[in-house]
Amino acid sequence: MSAQLAIQGATKHFGGITANEDISLEVPEGRVIGLIGPNGSGKSTLFNSIVGYHPVDGGSIRFEGREITRLRTAEIARLGLIRTFQQTHVFVRMTGLQNMAISDAEAGHGLFRLMRPVSAETRERAEALLAFCGLYGKRHLMAGELSFGQRKLLELAMALMVRPRMLLLDEPTAGINPTLINGVIERLQRANREFGVTLFVIEHNMRVIMSLAEHIHCLAHGRLLASGPPEALRNDQRVIDAYLGAR
Amino acid sequence: MTLRRQPLLMLAVAAAGVALPFVIPDYRAQIAMLWALVIMAQTWDITGGQTGYNSFGNILFFGVGMYASVVVQRDVGLDYFPGLVLGMVVGAGIAAALAVLLGSMILRMRGHYFAIATLGLGIAAGEIAGGWDYLGAGSGLSPPLFPAPPGTANLFFAYLFFGLAALVFVLLAALYRTRFGLALNAIRDNEDKAEAMGLHTGVYKVTAWTMAAFVLGLVGGAMGNMLGFVDPRDTAFAGATFGVWMVLMAILGGKGTLWGPVLGAVIFHITQELLWTHLLGWQRVALGVIIVGIVVFFPQGILGWARTRWPARHEPREQGSERA
Repeated sequence: MSAQLAIQGATKHFGGITANEDISLEVPEGRVIGLIGPNGSGKSTLFNSIVGYHPVDGGSIRFEGREITRLRTAEIARLGLIRTFQQTHVFVRMTGLQNMAISDAEAGHGLFRLMRPVSAETRERAEALLAFCGLYGKRHLMAGELSFGQRKLLELAMALMVRPRMLLLDEPTAGINPTLINGVIERLQRANREFGVTLFVIEHNMRVIMSLAEHIHCLAHGRLLASGPPEALRNDQRVIDAYLGAR
Repeated sequence: MTLRRQPLLMLAVAAAGVALPFVIPDYRAQIAMLWALVIMAQTWDITGGQTGYNSFGNILFFGVGMYASVVVQRDVGLDYFPGLVLGMVVGAGIAAALAVLLGSMILRMRGHYFAIATLGLGIAAGEIAGGWDYLGAGSGLSPPLFPAPPGTANLFFAYLFFGLAALVFVLLAALYRTRFGLALNAIRDNEDKAEAMGLHTGVYKVTAWTMAAFVLGLVGGAMGNMLGFVDPRDTAFAGATFGVWMVLMAILGGKGTLWGPVLGAVIFHITQELLWTHLLGWQRVALGVIIVGIVVFFPQGILGWARTRWPARHEPREQGSERA
């Protein structure tokens, strides 16, 4: 089992605040790995460092054997490492289909390749993935008119459009109604199984993360507190203390 | 946009463009100016509307084209028309090169910061031109005389600007249908997300601005010849007139749409010509009132307002991936 994503001693400061301190962890290929921790424990910071949104102050990040610590966001994305955001980020004044069409990495991001209309191939794949996410009927609506949950699904569909190797999902079910949550979980599992996408998931909803992830890392105060399978973590006193406060 | 009668509308505008100089021959100069304004609004909208990068400095490219063209006409020693064509192309080339150079620096700044950075461009260029003897310094330059009776010059420029406006319209319509057009819209809606999806946002922004600069260089080159004099502040780097107008026209018609800048330019030019004759001395006040009126009542422009008012007419068609 090779580590597709390997983080070694990642450290990140913002002024005097230490957001991440010497975090080392691995995400093996083809698996679903969870990242939990109380608010402010540094989960999103770690994601931002991985995808190059801001560079780490120390440590190294390797993706599929390649050093990506100093690469920029778009370069990392083109390697197939895509993140989705906690607050949905879609292109609100473009239709669902247009959102998908511009996300098609295979159709090319070079200036020359972009100077063509949306191909039938792109369109078919976009429609298939929109159907996969239950948004086919809304493909002509502006993304800004979709509900929050639907936007999250659109963001997932856009990420899949890239044919990613690994998805970093920042709270994929936050703010979604309970019925739709099951739909999201099911689609994430299918994306993992059917498309072979590795998932690295931040999640606050314990029910979701326990049923989704095979292995979970827990952060607290910017440090890696504990790692293990869901059952082990659920009963780990340090994790319980971190969430509820130590007695 | 998906106005269903779009082909019909294009035909009507084309017919008007061809017929107008003969229907109302007294207004040939205004007709030429109208099409030039249409092009200015269209090109401003490439970055301002489609990409969400409001530039207040596009007048720079217009002025550079104007100066370059007249200098080429003065120094190369060609006949009038070959000289004009060469001058316009050279001017457009220099304007485009400037856009690449400046764009790769200031287009890194997001949104409002970019807008503020562009504010000084036209003013700085006007100061430089006004102190440079090679460019005639403060007294400016005069293009060569049009080699035909006076009335024909305006006829020529009316058709030149109309042809250019039509060409730009068709090219932009095609461009906005490509994935490049989608990429510009993606940058407008959410640049962080666009980068997170692997788009080369910096390259696209510079390319978009360069396209606008090239066309504005052509327009400037022809405009200097039509007006008959090149002045650093009043014609070339005329930030207070052309510079503001191109922004205003695009916003008035509806920025980020194909027809909006065209519509905005037509309405603006007609209104302005009426105001200018009847409100002598009060033009600036009238312009101010227009700006306030547009921002308050039509923040989305006329087309944006119409789209909210009658959404059904703008529903995307079922077939094809036509863009709104």
